[in-house]
Amino acid sequence: MKYILEYRDREKSVALSREIAKVAGQVPMTFMEVCGTHTMSIARFGLSQLLPPSIRLISGPGCPVCVTPNRFLDHAIALSRQNGVVICTFGDMMRVPGSSSSLEKEHALGRDIRIVYSSLDALNIAKKNPELEIVFLGIGFETTAPTIAASILNAKQEGMKNYSVLCAHKAVVPALEALVASGIKLDGFILPGHVSTIIGVRSYRRLFSGRDLCGVIAGFEPTDVLGAILNMAGAVTHKKFELGNSYPRAVSENGNLRAMNFINRVFELCDSNWRGLGEIGQSGFKIREELAEFDASKKFSVCVEKTREPAGCRCGEILSGIAPPFECPLFGHACTPDHPVGPCMVSSEGTCQAYYKYNQ
Amino acid sequence: MCLAIPMRIESIEGDFAIVETASARRRISVTLLEAPRINDYVLVHAGFAIQKIDERLAQETIELLNKMALSRYNA
Repeated sequence: MKYILEYRDREKSVALSREIAKVAGQVPMTFMEVCGTHTMSIARFGLSQLLPPSIRLISGPGCPVCVTPNRFLDHAIALSRQNGVVICTFGDMMRVPGSSSSLEKEHALGRDIRIVYSSLDALNIAKKNPELEIVFLGIGFETTAPTIAASILNAKQEGMKNYSVLCAHKAVVPALEALVASGIKLDGFILPGHVSTIIGVRSYRRLFSGRDLCGVIAGFEPTDVLGAILNMAGAVTHKKFELGNSYPRAVSENGNLRAMNFINRVFELCDSNWRGLGEIGQSGFKIREELAEFDASKKFSVCVEKTREPAGCRCGEILSGIAPPFECPLFGHACTPDHPVGPCMVSSEGTCQAYYKYNQ
Repeated sequence: MCLAIPMRIESIEGDFAIVETASARRRISVTLLEAPRINDYVLVHAGFAIQKIDERLAQETIELLNKMALSRYNA
């Protein structure tokens, strides 16, 4: 597997681990890995064990399924109950508990809910079934948003009348700004590699300028993550706080301008509610007015039940780096991957699932 | 949702390409890329190529890692 295994090399990872210990010494440092895929990667490859005890890693809000509030799911469930509506979704959303049900439960009750790998699959279902209304659940950060934007533009180009998106896409940088503003004690961020391929290094410059905070954009293989941590350990010990890019093979200064253009043609920024972080200004994407026919929240009028959060669930605090999973009273008892209570345990990028699966 | 896999472009037809890696072959959209070419390695996410892998920089990173790992033995 080219461009994967070379960066998964054990020997190089151990060498990096030794360098980190040498550079960091006893200086206590706290880094937050923003992206859920990084949390999974760190857990799966046991990277915490390769760090000196003085370095602490905390998980952040970079799991799109986890930070999407219950109301979105309740809305999707309400739509699934409409005759002739087909819900198409990425797999993760199926088992996330809504206020009183889940997509998986609704599917068992006979609603037409289908897992797709791509919004293009949903488009194809729409093309093959002109009598049905296909609603795609748009979840994800800037990695995914351009792909959904492309599906909407394609639908427009082909004059399709039966495809729409229930949009809950979010932007990463505003969430980081909110975290920093909340006063969280951090020395640096491990920045999300694939979001960065789209938004580019430049999107982070304002966040780091003039702050005693470092950030390094990192890929997802062990040497990528350890290399980024080595970078930051050096920056912190020498008090040279700056923004770095440890994933140059995929991330450039400007990112993918064409993909950004797709985003800008279809979406505009709006205020958005993040589980755990609350309302963050200009942190969400909504479908532009002129494309309203592809906006499921405008196309259909449904009654959405009153939102209820599960009692005792501490997903919010886990997502904002305040508490680790094992401090949630439900973790491992009432809440496990088999019977999850909150999204952090369901999502393949959820912090709680990572901790549970890899026994942290 | 940050999962993206490096895959090689085998063939291109309009906005779509066949990409492959050791264990898989897929038809994906390349509409988000400027000028995709056969044999380019691209990151594949949710049915789309989202970015091209810069092979020169990929190689540079590998060489840096090699040098660092070697210097451990000589230290």
